[in-house]
Amino acid sequence: MDTIFGYPGAAVIDIYDALVKTDFKHVLVRHEQGAVHAADGYARASGKVGVCLVTSGPGATNTVSGIATAHADSIPLVLFTGQVPTGLIGNDAFQEVDIVGITRPCTKHNYLITKIEDLARTIREAFHIARSGRPGPVLVDLPKDMMALKTDFEPAKSVKLKSYQPNYKPNVRQLGKVVELIKKAKRPLILAGGGVILSKAAGELKKFAEAIESPVTTTLMGLGAFPTETPKWLGMIGMHGTYRANMASGNCDLMIAIGVRFDDRVTGKIDAFAPKAKIVHIDIDPTSIRKNIPVAIPVVGDCSETLKMLNELISAQVEGVFNGSRGAWFDQIGEWKSTKKLDYRQTDVIKPQYVVETLHRLTKGEAIITTEVGQNQMWAAQYYHFDRPNCFITSGGLGCMGFGLPAAIGAQMACPDKVVVDIAGDGSIQMNIQELATAVQYGLPVKVVILNNQYLGMVRQWQELFYDRCYAGTCMEHAPDFLKLAEAYGAVGLRATRPEEVEPVLREGLSTPRTVIMEFKVEKEENVYPMVPAGAPITEMLLV
Amino acid sequence: MNQKNAEKHILSLMVENQPGVLSRIAGLFSGRGFNIESLCVAETAEADVSRITLVTCGDMGVIEQIQKQLNKLINVIKVVDFTDTPFVQRDLALIKVRAKPEHRAEILRITDIFRGRVVDVGSEYYTLEVTGDLDKIEAILGLLRPIGIKEIARTGTIALPREKRK
Repeated sequence: MDTIFGYPGAAVIDIYDALVKTDFKHVLVRHEQGAVHAADGYARASGKVGVCLVTSGPGATNTVSGIATAHADSIPLVLFTGQVPTGLIGNDAFQEVDIVGITRPCTKHNYLITKIEDLARTIREAFHIARSGRPGPVLVDLPKDMMALKTDFEPAKSVKLKSYQPNYKPNVRQLGKVVELIKKAKRPLILAGGGVILSKAAGELKKFAEAIESPVTTTLMGLGAFPTETPKWLGMIGMHGTYRANMASGNCDLMIAIGVRFDDRVTGKIDAFAPKAKIVHIDIDPTSIRKNIPVAIPVVGDCSETLKMLNELISAQVEGVFNGSRGAWFDQIGEWKSTKKLDYRQTDVIKPQYVVETLHRLTKGEAIITTEVGQNQMWAAQYYHFDRPNCFITSGGLGCMGFGLPAAIGAQMACPDKVVVDIAGDGSIQMNIQELATAVQYGLPVKVVILNNQYLGMVRQWQELFYDRCYAGTCMEHAPDFLKLAEAYGAVGLRATRPEEVEPVLREGLSTPRTVIMEFKVEKEENVYPMVPAGAPITEMLLV
Repeated sequence: MNQKNAEKHILSLMVENQPGVLSRIAGLFSGRGFNIESLCVAETAEADVSRITLVTCGDMGVIEQIQKQLNKLINVIKVVDFTDTPFVQRDLALIKVRAKPEHRAEILRITDIFRGRVVDVGSEYYTLEVTGDLDKIEAILGLLRPIGIKEIARTGTIALPREKRK
C-alpha cells in the first residue's frame, strides 16, 4: 500500500506528524465518509487494501456508512481511527466515541490498542484479515497516548491466527460430484458474483464456461467477471436483470453459483428461485452457503482455486463430453434475447440509457465506471457493457448513496492512466459533492455524469408503480446549478438539454484533462426496466 | 424465524479471552435474530481461552447458520454442538423461598429429595441451592412455587461432553 485517504483531528496529530516524514501519499478528503469510499474505490480498482486515517469521535462516526458499504461488498480496507487517551476512555471525554463497539457488526474485525507492544502485530493482523478469506474492512482504534509513545520496531513476520484460517482449497470429492452433475445437465447456468472478481478468477471462469458449454449471468457485483461479446453472456440477473438471464435462472436444470451470496435483489421470491435446478454453491465464506437458498452441493473454497481445480478435472475427462448437448438450451436463450431485449424509447428528450450507451461507445468500454445508487446505477449496469473485472465500482450490498464520486477519486488514484467516470443522479451526487474539492486539489481528471431527472428516481419509480403515483418526498426541485457549482470548485461544468447535445458534451468532457461535471437533463419519469416487484419471482418481470 | 422444527441446542464455544468477545457474540445473535436462552462464560484451564456455553433454539438450518456465523468471528476458536453426542449438563439455581413455620419441614424435605442445600436461613426466608439439568430445576421450582418463591438466581446451562466408555 502507498496511499492513505484521511482527515486529521486532535487525536491523530501525532500520526500525521510522523506520516509527512514518510513516503506515503496522503489524500486529504473533505468528509470522512468520502475517505472510506475513496479507499474503497482504490481497493476495488487496484485489488489492493484501501487505507483510511481519521480522528476520534465524529471523525470515526462519519466513517460508519463507508465501512458498512465495504463490509456488504467484501472490500479489503484497514481503517485507523484516533481515540482519546487510554486514561480518558469511558469518561465521555471530548470527541470520544466507542467506535470499536459501534463498528463491531459492520467490520470483519476490529481492535483497540491498549499496549504499544501490540501495535505492530495488530496492524499486520489487520491487513492479513482484511485481504484474506472473504475480504472486508478492519478497524484499528488508536488512543492518543499510545501514539505518543516510542517502541522498538518489530520486523515483519508472518501472521498466524489460531482461530482464523480461511479455507482456500475446496474438497475434491465435492468437485467430483459437481462434474457428475455437469455431465448430466441439459440446461446449465453459471451465476457469478463479486467473489469471482475479488479472487481474480475471471480467466478461470471464462475457461470453465467454455469447457462446460454453459451460459453465464452475473450479479451486479459480478459485472466484468465475464466478457459481454459472446452468446454465452446473458447479462445481469435480478430485480433489474435482463429477461433472458432471469428466465434462464427459472428454467435451468443446474445452477453453478460462484462467489455469490443470493441477495434478495438477486433471488426475488425465494421459493420460486431456480425451481427446476440443482444448485451448486461455491464460496469461500461458509456462512453464505445455505443462508438464503438450499443447495445440492456446497463447495467451500476460493473461487479462483476452485475453478482452476474444476477446469483440471474437466479437461481430464474424455474430450467433447459436453459438446452438442446444449443446442436447444442456447436456442431458447437466443429466442428470449431477440424477443425481450433491453430497450428504451427514444423521444425528443434525453434518455438516460442513451447517455450511458453513448458513454460506452466513446470510451470504447475501457473506462472505470463508478456509480451512485438508484436508477443511475442500474442504467450503468445495464447499458455500459463491462468486459473486464475491476472496472465497475458500485455500492451493491448496502446501496449507499454518495458512494460514486469519492470512489471515483480512489479509483483514479489507483489507476492514473484510466478514464474514470462516476455515473450519478442529481440526488446522490449531492450526498458527497464536497469531494469535488479533493478531486481538484489532487488534479484528478475524474468525470461526473449527472443524469438529472429532478427526482430521487428509483424511489419515485416504486411510488409510480406500487404507491399510486404518490411522489412523497422524492421531488428534488431545488438542486444547485451544477455548472456554476463545478466552476466554484475549480472544475469544469458542461450541460446537455437535448438528445443531439449528448455526444458533443460527452466528447468535450472526456477530452478535458481536468475534473469535469457533465449534467444531462433527462426524461423526468423514465423507469428502469425490466423490473421484478419486490417479493415476486424473478421470472415475473415488468417490461418496457 | 421459522420455529416449526425448532429444537433446543447446547453450543459450547472456545473463545479467546479478550475484551469485547462476549459483545461480538451477543451482537451476532441480536443482529441476526437468533435466540439465546442462556449463556455462561468462564475461563478454562488455559488462561487465554474462555468457554461459553450457550443454549439456543432453531431448526437445523438456523442452527447450522448460527454455528457458521460464530465460527466466522475471528476470536472464536471452536464451536461444538452437544446435541446428538453424550454430554453432562448442569444448571445451578439459588432460590429464596418463603419459610412460614408450617412449611419449613416441607421445604427441607423437598430440598433433600432434590439433593439441594439450604445455604442461608432468615426469620422469614430460606435460600436454597440446587444443581441439576434444566428439568430438575424446573421440577423443584414447580414444587416450591405454591409455598412462595421470593427470588431466583440461575446460572444457565453449562455442559461438557462425556468421556467415551470402553
